[in-house]
Amino acid sequence: MKKNVIEVKNLEKYYEVSGGFFSRNKDIVKAVDDISFEIPFGESLGLVGQSGCGKTTTARALCLLDPKTGGDVKFYNNETENMQNIDNLEDEELKKFRRNIQMIFQDPYESLNPRWTIKDIILEPLNIHNIGDLQDREEAVVEILKTVGLTPASNYLPRYPHELSGGQRQRVSIARTLIMKPKFVVCDEPTSMLDVSIRISIMDLMLNLAKDLEVSYLYITHDLAVARYMCNRIAVMFNGKIVEIAETEELLNNPIHPYTKRLISSIPVPDPSYDRKVYDVNYDELDAIIAKHGTDNPMVDIGNEHYISTHDVKGLI
Amino acid sequence: MNENIEQDLQKQLRKEAIRRNWNLFRQSKLGMIGLYIVIFFLFLALLQPFLFITGIWNKGVYDPVVGYEAIKDTLLVVECPKEYPTEKYESMKDCPGPGELNVKRLYLAPGVEVGDYYETFIQPAPPSSRHLLGTDSLGRDVFSQIMEGSQVAFVLGLLSATLGVGISTILGTIAAFFGGRVDAYLMRQSDLILMLPSLPLLFIISAFAELKVWHLAIVLGVLGGLGGSVITIKSQALQVKVKPFVDSARITGGSRWRIMFSHVLPNVAPLALLFMVFSVTGAIASESVLSFLGLLNIDMSWGIMIYLSQTDGFIFSGLEFWWLILPAGLAVTLLAGGFYLVGRGLDDVFNPRLRKR
Repeated sequence: MKKNVIEVKNLEKYYEVSGGFFSRNKDIVKAVDDISFEIPFGESLGLVGQSGCGKTTTARALCLLDPKTGGDVKFYNNETENMQNIDNLEDEELKKFRRNIQMIFQDPYESLNPRWTIKDIILEPLNIHNIGDLQDREEAVVEILKTVGLTPASNYLPRYPHELSGGQRQRVSIARTLIMKPKFVVCDEPTSMLDVSIRISIMDLMLNLAKDLEVSYLYITHDLAVARYMCNRIAVMFNGKIVEIAETEELLNNPIHPYTKRLISSIPVPDPSYDRKVYDVNYDELDAIIAKHGTDNPMVDIGNEHYISTHDVKGLI
Repeated sequence: MNENIEQDLQKQLRKEAIRRNWNLFRQSKLGMIGLYIVIFFLFLALLQPFLFITGIWNKGVYDPVVGYEAIKDTLLVVECPKEYPTEKYESMKDCPGPGELNVKRLYLAPGVEVGDYYETFIQPAPPSSRHLLGTDSLGRDVFSQIMEGSQVAFVLGLLSATLGVGISTILGTIAAFFGGRVDAYLMRQSDLILMLPSLPLLFIISAFAELKVWHLAIVLGVLGGLGGSVITIKSQALQVKVKPFVDSARITGGSRWRIMFSHVLPNVAPLALLFMVFSVTGAIASESVLSFLGLLNIDMSWGIMIYLSQTDGFIFSGLEFWWLILPAGLAVTLLAGGFYLVGRGLDDVFNPRLRKR
């Protein structure tokens, strides 16, 4: 039995949109609607989907940046070795939770405070949590800069973010994220703003660090190729729901849900002579599965830990 | 060893940053003109104490408030005719001519006859080598008054601007961060202060309280700090608040105050500095207006100089006594304008969208 680092059950994030000051109509936008997944220690889950499908909203709700409107999120507690609900954490426990969860942002140009030096930026988590004395902290900063490949550290510490390139900044973000040795890191498209040439080195760095530090990732991306490179499992999100979730190879080789098929068909292949399978949007297979398992369960297992949403998506894709 | 390299690099980078910003500022011609003006007046303000300390200027003669020196002159006493034109004078304006004195003005000195020479003091005296800008109607050195006035202007302007910007930066950040009722209260408050006409308000305040330079600086600072600048700073803070680095600090567990003071404030600071420079202009102008209206209890300032020349009746005498009005008026205009121009130049440095590429 694998230990999970995080378990998400029926997570919901609804927004109320009012029609204006004088209007009484209130629409509800279901940005994230009833999604469930879990991530075991040391594994990473890719969250894939088009823009606006709720990937980032999920991430922000997990990190307690925005309050969720429903559902449970449970996080592994080091001391009790049990899963602990992250709602209503007391101060001390909240601090412990904060130590173990971190987020890497998409835009390396905006995710570092432009008025702080690299040293201050990386030191901040240690200062907030008051870990070690000053010398320990500085040593830790030098150490982590070495780990993310920014050497010599003394060359980077007194610099400001705008003096670094995009790839170097993303390395600084990763260093800042990992200096607390978190168990779980949410990556919100960390490579999408980088040059293709830098991308692979950043992804390799993240994979190596995951192995060394036993970090689990929730890796948000709209690029299936990136997800395949980074993740053990992939969840496909559409319209606020997870429509299909499976092991990476299983999902890519044997997609069931029409949306997943569309997504896979849309990957550009850099070889014009390669004849790849193009999937049609066809609801028959999905209908058959829904008919077989009934619509009571939001997700049905079709074997191989491959789950399909039974939610009706006809006409939406 | 490593530490030394790091510190050296830090110094070097800091120097580079300063040089880069200075180069940006230097490209703005308006900003440079403003800077020269401000430096000129700063030089004047600092020159006066220097002259007194080194003894080049005697306090009894050159003190801007209690100094006194009259230029002695000997005038021919004449009697102005009742009808014009005469042989000597074409119209009433020509009598008494240069070097002459109307006998009618000597009713307090009996025994002086027409045709005598009368020794008198010229007050206000025109510019001379001893008094570069002449003296005022009480025999005080105008140039020294200008210097004193620039000290007052700098103290008042910088003090009120610092106070005002400090208040508005903190309140604006708080409004952006706490939102809700705090925000609504602060915004309505600044609407109210924006709406109040500030000069009449200052009249009322000066009617109830004695206004000295310090008091005026505090009043102007508080009024400016609670007014429109809170709204602008708040909008900037709102922009910074949603940046990912703030989210990043929140995830790590940074408290609200920590995020406010160490993340948002430093990023709002350039705009606040800009506001500060602009509000110096307003403070200097307000001081002269209030002094001119005689509402301040200040010994000497540019406004007071204009006020005195007005109450002594010289302001409507054309340019005959120009040294009583022009230097003070020009000083107010130039220094206020100079600070404004410096602000324009800083705008180019701090506002990347305005930068020429």
